[in-house]
Order: sequence, then structure tokens, then C-alpha cells
Amino acid sequence: MSLASDSPAISISSLSKTYATGFQALKGVSLDIKHGEIFALLGPNGAGKTTLISIVCGIVNRSGGTVTVDGHDISKDYRAARSLIGLVPQELTVEAFETVRNALTYSRGLFGRPPNPDFVEKVLKDLSLWDKRDEKIITLSGGMKRRVMIGKALAHEPRILFLDEPTAGVDVELRQDMWAMVRRLRDNGVTIILTTHYIEEAEEMADRVGVINHGELVLIEDKTELMRKLGRKQLKLELRKPVKDLPAKFARYELEIGDDGSQLTYTYDNQAERPGVASLIRDLDEAGIEFRDLDTENSSLEEIFVNLVRKTP
Amino acid sequence: MNRHAVWAIYKVEMARTLRTLLQSVVSPVISTSLYFVVFGAAIGSRITEIDGISYGAFIVPGLIMLSLLTQSISNASFGIYFPKFVGTIFELLSAPVSYLEIVLAYVGAAATKSVAIGLIILATASLFVPLHIEHPFWMIGFLILTAVTFSLFGFIIGVWAGNFEQLQLVPLLIITPLTFLGGSFYSIDMLPGIWRSISLFNPVVYLVSGFRWSFFGKSDVSVGVSLGMTVVFLLACIAVIAWIFKTGYRLRS
Repeated sequence: MSLASDSPAISISSLSKTYATGFQALKGVSLDIKHGEIFALLGPNGAGKTTLISIVCGIVNRSGGTVTVDGHDISKDYRAARSLIGLVPQELTVEAFETVRNALTYSRGLFGRPPNPDFVEKVLKDLSLWDKRDEKIITLSGGMKRRVMIGKALAHEPRILFLDEPTAGVDVELRQDMWAMVRRLRDNGVTIILTTHYIEEAEEMADRVGVINHGELVLIEDKTELMRKLGRKQLKLELRKPVKDLPAKFARYELEIGDDGSQLTYTYDNQAERPGVASLIRDLDEAGIEFRDLDTENSSLEEIFVNLVRKTP
Repeated sequence: MNRHAVWAIYKVEMARTLRTLLQSVVSPVISTSLYFVVFGAAIGSRITEIDGISYGAFIVPGLIMLSLLTQSISNASFGIYFPKFVGTIFELLSAPVSYLEIVLAYVGAAATKSVAIGLIILATASLFVPLHIEHPFWMIGFLILTAVTFSLFGFIIGVWAGNFEQLQLVPLLIITPLTFLGGSFYSIDMLPGIWRSISLFNPVVYLVSGFRWSFFGKSDVSVGVSLGMTVVFLLACIAVIAWIFKTGYRLRS
């Protein structure tokens, strides 16, 4: 199945959801996911990430708004929309008494694909499940069950893959395998939407990042752009001679003196109205303070994220 | 029509039966045999004939109906309740399948199983009593119609049930009493006037009566009424299921 390239992979507009309990999980979210990108959806627990995914996949009914998948409306044209999507949910829910291979064959059929034992074999091998193919799922470890769930989501060759907290409670090996798989899928043109708490992973993997909080999309940004805009930078200077105090003109830099006076740390970001690095170095030179090394550091997406979420009430 | 999906669900459901062969097939056969021993030997020696039919043969259609109803309900209700219970229902809801296809697959599998069990019981019964089936075509027709209707009913219970207790509630508290009071083991004509009238409100009476007619050409109520009542119940179940899917009741929040 191929995607029509002129409409976005997923287009969400003014999507809202109020549960029967009165809880408003989504408050008018609009978002376009591009073809072939890896989109990371970040947000604290209860922010609405899973609700958003569940609506797109057809598990939860929406209260308002529209969603199209490759131009297909998720209710009017649900067959076309859903057959493009694979979902790996957050919870480990498996058919305990089925064998691994049967579970994948079932999922493939459920999504309307004719049987293809070779493809199922390939998925099982890619996920290191081939040795376990005839074992009942109930006998597998948690990590292996997670692999089965990924295999089930991939069994019908989806063009869009949702990974809801894919690495929660997963060991290092599986996590690495999984990211390798995500990259492979992306290379084959599969669009990937993931939610994660491991922000360094979003930082490493994603092309774009969306932050959701209290059912609202707080931000959507190209990841590198986001890091550039909101990222704090730190300049660390290793001094040749330790200093105790600095001349008064350095007050405007709010420098931190560390390591018994032999290190100066200057924190700045592109939004703040502090003077630039160049003028600091000039001032140091004029004051006769010499340094032997300097180092700059970007703040991580995690810090950006925490800052954003704190700002929204 | 997503026939691959219907077939996938159907196959998984049938595989579950084979996995639990003892519980799903052997146990109804054993309990039916016990009914024959108890009712046939203990009561059959006192009631020799009803409407010119030996008592042993007379109870066969009722016994098959008893199993057919309970098996249809329990198979279909468990089939849809279990994925809800363990959470695997998410996959079904996210799949490109229509409501009709979901019902077709689950109810089809449950009905297949209960028809098979009905036929196995019939075969078992023929070991105890000589049987002659007057209208074999109608016999199969009633068998399938009842199996489908009560599998639909079971599907509704499975969707409705919030826990295992509720899953057992309707079969235990409603279906079993109705079946025992529905003329499985007697002709309702044997009852005093008032009880006979009350019995006519019991839908199972019509099922058993129609089914018995297909065996012996004799019935408590006319076969047309039996057929009509069964179809009415079938349509009622379809209407409820249509409503369930339209509103997403207990499936989609």
C-alpha cells in the first residue's frame, strides 16, 4: 500500500476529547505529521498523548475535530485509514495462549492482508523472535512480549507506526534493537510517531518534537530548531591563574566562579538579553585574565521540556 | 469485505475450542449422558410415552437445545469478553474491520461450535435411544437458527459484562431456569392450566417445541409460531448489537 504524497501522513485539526467522566483529555489539538518523519510526542503523564494516539487509531471516539490519515477520514474512510497504521500500545497486552507466529499471522489477517509466511518470518527474525516462533506467548519474558507486540504491529506492513512509550521497562539491548529497527523503517519511508519519557531518545531519534500538556499542544518544532531556540548554552573557561574576584564590569555576565577560582561558567541563551560570548572574551582579554581552554554545552531537550511544562499552568 | 480479518478471527476462535477440547466438547457430552441416565432410567420408567413417543426419545430435542443455548451463549460471550478483559481488544478496535465483520466472525465461530456440539449430543443420544428424525432439513435449520440467535445474545452479554461474575450471571440465573422450565423434559400440556399459560411467556418453550416437531412431527405450539418467535428474538439481538456498535457501548469510550 502506498501513500499519496500530497496530503500529510496524518492531519489532525481541532481535535477534542471529553470522557464520560467529564475529564477533558484533549482541548482542540491541531497537528500535521509529514510523510517519512519521526515525530516525538512528549508530555507528562495524563497530558493526552495516549488519548491522541487512540483516537487516530480508532480505539477511542473523538468528541470534536477531524483526523485524516493520508487524506482518508478516520471515520468515513476508516478501512483505508486504519490499514495504513500499526500501533504498539503502552501496555503489554498479548494473547497469552497463542504461539508467537500465530499471533503475528492473526494480526496480519485482521488488517486485511493475505497470508505471507515469508514476511512474517522476516519480521520475527528482525525482532530476534524466530527461535521463539512456536512458543506460547505466556511463557515469554516481558521484553520478549514487547517484541511480539512490535511484531504484531508490523505484520501488516504499515506505512505509519505509532509507538506509545515503547521503551518503558525495556532493557538496553532491546532498546538499541528497537531504535535500529525504527531507523530501518524510516529508511523504508515509514512515518513514525512515538511518545516517550526518555527525552534523550526523542533528542536522538526525532526529526520533530511536539510537546503536549493538559490536553493542549504547547509546541511543535523541528528538533534542531527547538534546541537552537530554547536551548541554553554554557561556556566554560579554564583559567591559567585562579581568580578570587572579578572586576565590576563583569557583573553583567553573571559569571559563576568554580573549581577554586580556576573555572568560569557563563550561561546564556538566544532569547535572553545578555551580551554575547565575543564581548565576554574581549573583556577578559582587556582585564588580562587568560584562559587555556574553553568548552560550550547545549542544554538537553529534557531541560527544555521541563521548562515548557512548568510554564503552562 | 475484509474477509482475511473474518477468517483470522474465526480461526483463532476455533483454535481456542480445540485447545480446550475437554471443557468445550467433552463436558457437554458427559453431562448430556448423565441426563439420559438420570431422566431416562429414573423418570422414564414412570412416564412411558408422551404423545406416543417414548420418554427417552422425547427428551432428546430438549437436551440438545439445553446444550445449544448454554454453549452458544458461553462461547460467544467469552470470545468477546476475554480480549476486553486482557486488553487485546485494542487491536480489534484499531483494525480495518466493520462491525458486521466482527459479529460475523465471533458469532459464526460460536455458532459453529455449538452446532457441532449439538450434533455430537445427537449422535450420543442415538446410542441410548432409537431415533427417527421426521424433518431433517428443519432439524438442521432450527439448530443453526437457534445457535446463531443465542450466539448473538451471548455476544451482547460479553460486551456488557464488566467482570467474570456478570459473564456468568445471565446464563446461570436466566437461561438455565428458562430451559428447565421450557418443556425440555416434559410436554407443557402436562402442566396445570395456569402454569401452561405462564410457560407460554418462556421463549425457550417455542425453541424446544419447534425443534421437537422437526424430530417427531408433533409439538406443543404450532411450528410457525416457534419459528416466528425465534426470528423475533434474532432480530431483537441484531438490533441491540447494532446499537452497541453505533454508540460504542463498553467497547469504545
